[in-house]
Amino acid sequence: MDIRLEAIRHAYGDTEVLQDISLAIPAGRIVCLVGPSGCGKSTLLRFIGGLERPMEGRVLQIGAPPEGCLNPLTFVFQDFALLPWRTVQGNISLVLEDHGIRGKRARAIIDDVLARTRLSDFASALPKQLSGGMKQRVAIARALAVNPAVMLMDEPLSALDSQTRELLMDDLITLWTRQPFTSVYVTHNLAEAVRLGHRIVVLSRRPGRICEVVEIEKPLAERLYADPDLDEVQRHLWEMMRDEARAAEEELIDV
Amino acid sequence: MSDTTAATERPASDGPAMEVRFRGGGFAPQSRRWVGVAVFVALVALVEWGTRAGWISPLTLPRPSDVFGTFVELWNSGLLFKHLGPSLSRLAVGAALGASAGVLLGVLIGLFSYVRAGLVPLVAAIFPIPKIALLPLFVIWFGIDEGSKYALIAFGTFTPTVVATYGAVDNVDRSLIRMGQSFGLSWLSIVRKIVLPGAMPGILSGLRISLAIAIILLVAAEMLGAEYGIGAYILQAGSLYDLERLFAGVVILSLLGVIVSAAIAQIERRVLGWRT
Repeated sequence: MDIRLEAIRHAYGDTEVLQDISLAIPAGRIVCLVGPSGCGKSTLLRFIGGLERPMEGRVLQIGAPPEGCLNPLTFVFQDFALLPWRTVQGNISLVLEDHGIRGKRARAIIDDVLARTRLSDFASALPKQLSGGMKQRVAIARALAVNPAVMLMDEPLSALDSQTRELLMDDLITLWTRQPFTSVYVTHNLAEAVRLGHRIVVLSRRPGRICEVVEIEKPLAERLYADPDLDEVQRHLWEMMRDEARAAEEELIDV
Repeated sequence: MSDTTAATERPASDGPAMEVRFRGGGFAPQSRRWVGVAVFVALVALVEWGTRAGWISPLTLPRPSDVFGTFVELWNSGLLFKHLGPSLSRLAVGAALGASAGVLLGVLIGLFSYVRAGLVPLVAAIFPIPKIALLPLFVIWFGIDEGSKYALIAFGTFTPTVVATYGAVDNVDRSLIRMGQSFGLSWLSIVRKIVLPGAMPGILSGLRISLAIAIILLVAAEMLGAEYGIGAYILQAGSLYDLERLFAGVVILSLLGVIVSAAIAQIERRVLGWRT
């Protein structure tokens, strides 16, 4: 299933946040949205996931979601959004219960996604017992449980420390390599974008417009920590964004 | 470079060495289990000593041992349970009615803007009314026997429960609700599995206050047309200026309050174990 954005425009009151965004998200690829803070990239993600409506323009799903897909557009949030009163498996079964999946079938799905995120030993732990990285892995496991057509990741690693971030990036790459998934990945961290993105969409500061779309051909599995090719791309991205980021940062004061 | 070589290479200044003064700590409540009991015992002992030594006249305060004697007498004669039984049933029925109606309405206010706009001012208007003042009205509406007593206690617990509950629903983490929506959960599932458990801490702490108010209102409820009941017992003793019996009754109410509060603490420990 592909996603296409057509001429999206949005404003909050008088402040225009997004302007004329048209974008294609092809199946089986990870598209990274990067941009300075306040450029509307998270808003754009919520449009794609149907949690908010743009003032103008449309978000289109092209083609049917694959067989067995319970929730085609599935979010992974920055703050994990785990229910603190449910255990790890309870949090995953939460999203299955509404589809009438209980008991043995739920058990099988939960065991499978926990194994894929290396959490099998923590099935009955409560979120308060888990580290930040583990919480995000639970959230990823929960997203995988509904077999999504597109994973919408809203700065999923931003609340984590840099070492955990590296580890989780490796996990995401392993997950993708084993079974490629479609994803829109919002981040302000360029290192994440060049490690995980097949296509990197650079947004300008508010009102957000697409500045450039950069394709990275190198397969995910071959992208390594401090890869010189990636550094080149990252430098290029930063050159492009630096002034925008500075302007955006100064802009925040009088908003 | 290790610290020892650094010290030999570059000697520190020769001033007098002084240990850094500790200035952190404090401001962290810790559980000191027996202090509460000790304060209580000390206070009772002081009054006992005062009344025996004579610097507290028996007209101002009854002797604690006499109060205890009255209590034992009450127990032995079987009158204690004759008074306690009706009181507990009034408390249970009234508080259960008031609290459940309050939680229900509080959740509705929390969920629906129209209900909120319509009922929050009404709740604010009836909250400050001293419910005791309405007792005659309740007697006319619900009769002089149990009905009016249930109604008074229920009404008194209802308003604080409503306010606590809708506050608790308002405070449920919105990002969890968005998460529920993003996974396509039904409205009912979101309310049942996200909003209600999320509001539970606030509801339970509201219940603590509501139940204390219910105990206060018990005495008021038994002002009219009650032969038996702790409240009736206290009021009777009060009108006769029988301080021993008055205090015995008051002690029973205090104990009731302590038991209710401990019970809620137990429930919190079991239901809210997930809190950090």
